Order: sequence, then C-alpha cells, then structure tokens
Amino acid sequence: MSRQPYVRPISKTTWYMRNGRYKRYMLREVTCLLVGFYSLLAIFGLAALASGTPQRWDAFLASQQNGLMVAVHAIALVYFLVYMTFDWFKLAPKAMPVQLGEKKLPALVIVIGHYLAWIVVSLVIFWLAGVI
Amino acid sequence: MNIRELELEVMRYDPEQDQEPHFQSYTVPCEEDWAILDAINYVKENLDTTLAYRWSCHMMVCGSCGMMINGEPSLTCKTFVRDLPDKVRVEPLANFPIERDLVVVLDDVMEKLERAKPYIIRKEPPPEDQEYTQSRGALYKFKQYTMCVNCMCCYSACPQYALDSSFIGPAVLTLAHRYNLDSRDQGKSDRLDILADQDGVWDCSFVGACSEVCPKSVDPAAAIQ
Repeated sequence: MSRQPYVRPISKTTWYMRNGRYKRYMLREVTCLLVGFYSLLAIFGLAALASGTPQRWDAFLASQQNGLMVAVHAIALVYFLVYMTFDWFKLAPKAMPVQLGEKKLPALVIVIGHYLAWIVVSLVIFWLAGVI
Repeated sequence: MNIRELELEVMRYDPEQDQEPHFQSYTVPCEEDWAILDAINYVKENLDTTLAYRWSCHMMVCGSCGMMINGEPSLTCKTFVRDLPDKVRVEPLANFPIERDLVVVLDDVMEKLERAKPYIIRKEPPPEDQEYTQSRGALYKFKQYTMCVNCMCCYSACPQYALDSSFIGPAVLTLAHRYNLDSRDQGKSDRLDILADQDGVWDCSFVGACSEVCPKSVDPAAAIQ
C-alpha cells in the first residue's frame, strides 16, 4: 500500500469568500485604505497650513465642505465605526487580558472600559477643537 | 424514541484508486440524542465498512474526531444531529492533506509541536526537600491554555495556515505560551526561536477564527496576542 496524501487546492485570491467569518475580517482590514486616505488628507492639510498663505488653508477647508467630501466623510465614519471601532474593541480583551489575583477581569468590563475611554478622549478633542 | 433520517454526505478518498476526493451519500436513521460521530459510526457498522476516520473517546477529551461539518471545523462527538439540517456534509479537517477518506496527515503539526518544547524546562535543579509550589493565581494564568486537546480544528479555521503552512499555527503557539506562563518553567528563552521567528506569532493576522471554532474554549487568538 502506498501513501498518496491529497492536498486540497486553495485559491490565493478568493479564499476569504469561503465563509462569513473571513469576509468580516477582510472588511475590517480594508479600513487600511481609509486610513491611507486620511493620512494623505492630513498631509495636504498640513502643507496648506505650513505654506503660511491663508488662501491655501481656506481653499483646503472649502474643499472638505463640498457635498461629495461630506458624503465621503460620513460613509468613512460609519465604516470605521462598524468595522474598525466595534471590531477592535470586541477583540481588545484577547490582546490585553487583565488578571486580578485569581480571577480574570470579564471581557465585557474591558470592552466597556475602552468605550468609556473613547468617549472621554473624543470629548477632550471636541473641547480642544472648540466644538463644545 | 424518535428516529430522524439524515442524509450524510461524506468525502471519500482512496489513495490507491482515486485521483481526487469525491462525495458519497448515506441515509442514516439517527436517534434524537446522536452526535455526528454516532451517525458516522452507524455508516461504518451497518452501511460501509471501508470508511476510514479517527475517533476514540466520544467525550471531547481525545481530540481525534475533528472534521469539517457543513464547512465548519468541529469535534464530531460534540456536534449533535438535532442542531443540524437534514442534509449534512462531512469532510476531513481543512488545510491538511487527506490520507484516506476522513483521515488527515498531521505530521506537519506534530513536528512543530516538538519544536515548541511543550514541557517544563528548568535551568536550576529542582528543590530537594519539597515539591514545586504554585499559587492558585499563578495556575489560573495559564490553566485555560491547558484545556487544548490537540484536535487541530483551529488549524482548519486559520486562513493564514491555509495560505502558508510554514506558519507555526494557533495550537502550538498556545501551548508554548502555556509553558511560558507557568511559574515553574524557566524555558521562555528556549522557545523564543520558534515563537519570535518570522513563521511564529508575527504571521498571525488576528482573524480570530481559531478561537471561534475551538471546542474547548481555549482561545488561541488570545494566547497569540
């Protein structure tokens, strides 16, 4: 009797279509494109600010206020919330488990802690930006 | 007792006759408390004695009956017929070569397991007059990771291992971490070679599928993080 193990082929390009779990993972990872987009936007904004000419800075601000860009920002915000914030906060207890004495802190407590910290940091940023 | 007919589609592969695997259907009269393993045993005992598969304890301890059930890696002794539709597809664990029918080749993981040195390593001699002491708190740091039964469902769920089998993988990394966390162990630096290697923890992209399918709630993704 001879051994001839059979290796099932796997697609390098469509493997994530196999189940919903992998699709959700890919949707989360795709947020890197949005991060890249906002990094470029920050560079353009900083360049406009650093140029020292108020017209350039005003033009940059105006470019962010047209309907298309407002829609892009709104979609990006929702996408980030669903596939970045919620997902990563859900995974946080795995990345930073906390053991107090003999017991581990429940995962839910760590997740809620992240949401509370997020709200506090957001409020501080809004306050610094003069929004509140 | 109620009998429910289950259509069991089983992947078959005979290395001496087949070029590739194919599916074979069996109609199995299942009792209401049967697990999928019972249905497979029924096929073996009553319908087709040539079917090859692994199992032993039937109580989630031996870890040998892991298979793909409707595309999900799971222990067949833990997956109950009553929770499944009338048609169930059973395949060998994904991401491993098929030896025959539902039996997979686990040589790769066994070799990696050995490299991870999953045992207590001491640099200092053991105490002569007393046993090693360990507080309950120190035990609970790693106890969860001792629950692994090496069923390899996590490897079947891991897309990283599927795409590149040089990745050490969830269960072996978890076991290495289990010994690194053990207060009696002094071998952390000895395991660094395998854990910090480019095929070690860095290959994990945190899909988290390993933890979702683990039948013993070991949470390999947490161990890797």
